Amino acid sequence: MNLSVNGVPHNIESAPLTSLLDVLREELQITSAKAGCEQGGCGACTVLIDGEPQRSCLTPVVAVEGAEITTVEGLGTPNDLAPVQQAFTHHYAAQCGFCTSGMMLAAHAYVEHGGTEDREAIQDALGGHVCRCTGYVKIIDAVAAVARGDSFDATLTAAGTRMTNLGGVA
Amino acid sequence: MTSVLLPSSAAEAAALYGDGSNVTVIAGGTIVMPTLAGGRTLPGKALVLTRAGLAGITRSGPRTTIGATTRVQELVGLADPLGGCAANVADGEIRAQGTVGGNIRAGAGADAPRGDLQSAFLALDAVVRSTGAGGERTEPLEQFLDADQRLLLDVSFEEPAAGAFAAIEYPHTHAYTVLAVSGCRAQDGTIRLAATGLAGHGARLRSAEALASDPVAAGVAALDDVAFADDAVASSWYRTKTLPVLVRRVLTQLEESA
Repeated sequence: MNLSVNGVPHNIESAPLTSLLDVLREELQITSAKAGCEQGGCGACTVLIDGEPQRSCLTPVVAVEGAEITTVEGLGTPNDLAPVQQAFTHHYAAQCGFCTSGMMLAAHAYVEHGGTEDREAIQDALGGHVCRCTGYVKIIDAVAAVARGDSFDATLTAAGTRMTNLGGVA
Repeated sequence: MTSVLLPSSAAEAAALYGDGSNVTVIAGGTIVMPTLAGGRTLPGKALVLTRAGLAGITRSGPRTTIGATTRVQELVGLADPLGGCAANVADGEIRAQGTVGGNIRAGAGADAPRGDLQSAFLALDAVVRSTGAGGERTEPLEQFLDADQRLLLDVSFEEPAAGAFAAIEYPHTHAYTVLAVSGCRAQDGTIRLAATGLAGHGARLRSAEALASDPVAAGVAALDDVAFADDAVASSWYRTKTLPVLVRRVLTQLEESA
């Protein structure tokens, strides 16, 4: 089976009914998609399948043969973060980070599909994603900022931004 | 060892399904995949419908036909009761994965009633085309829900003059419909009501239909048509208290649309 992940073609050897989540994590060692509930309830495993956010834990790999899969690694690089990654950094929209990759991919798709900064619409779009740190306010702030087209200092990496701000607090 | 069948047409899907014995059907994956991941199911044959050409919504005159693997999300935005009922299912990502056929066919689970769309299609007096033992057949959804395992091919209905939908708001998008009522006023003026969130599968509320001109009385009468379960999403006591309210709301919406 052929599968393209973040633009890189792979020949998949897992059994056909293996979940896309297990293929990504176990066979391809791409671990940003998280195995949370593994029954579709938490959104931590969400990836983009041909641009649409889907739960990778519910997707048998045979059903997406030939598709283009995007994980959060495919959105940007540490030195060239995608807008949604910059916004999550700028707005401190990650705490423990377990839900973050799913949240960012859903947010990326929301904005790509013309989503606005309307908070109810954002809540609806991210409705299947659970943040057990309950950091929803900052997550929605971040998505609204991207939808608004706010610009962030793209030269700062996530680590750089965090260190700068922590320095201010200390 | 599971043999995985990947038909590329409806006819091939029907042939591979046969009489359905020892076949696990996978369409959207939302119901089957968690059981596979948990090791609770090891299918002998898995029939994966992704490429079987069973998706799509077609209209012919007053009749709408919805293919089995049409995603639930595609119903969002259609007229009530179907549009509202579909929007009430889980969240957008799950709706974009789960299929209409899988949702209709899902019987009550161990911890929730499932089958969210059953009330809307029952209120629409929908007809199901299916295949399985004895070959292809078409029958009312009500009859289909009581049938042995069959492969749903499509579901069709005549557009009503008006429709309405009301549900208990659920606490989390993951939860199945706790309790919902769908209603239609058919082109000939007949009122049809149905509920999802019952023990077993969804059901028509015929006692309530007979009293449709009196929404409060109809709401109470609806309790004669149903049985509830105590499950993980609600108690039967709570559903008993709430069903009359939902019936009243649906009938009131239908009255206001007249």
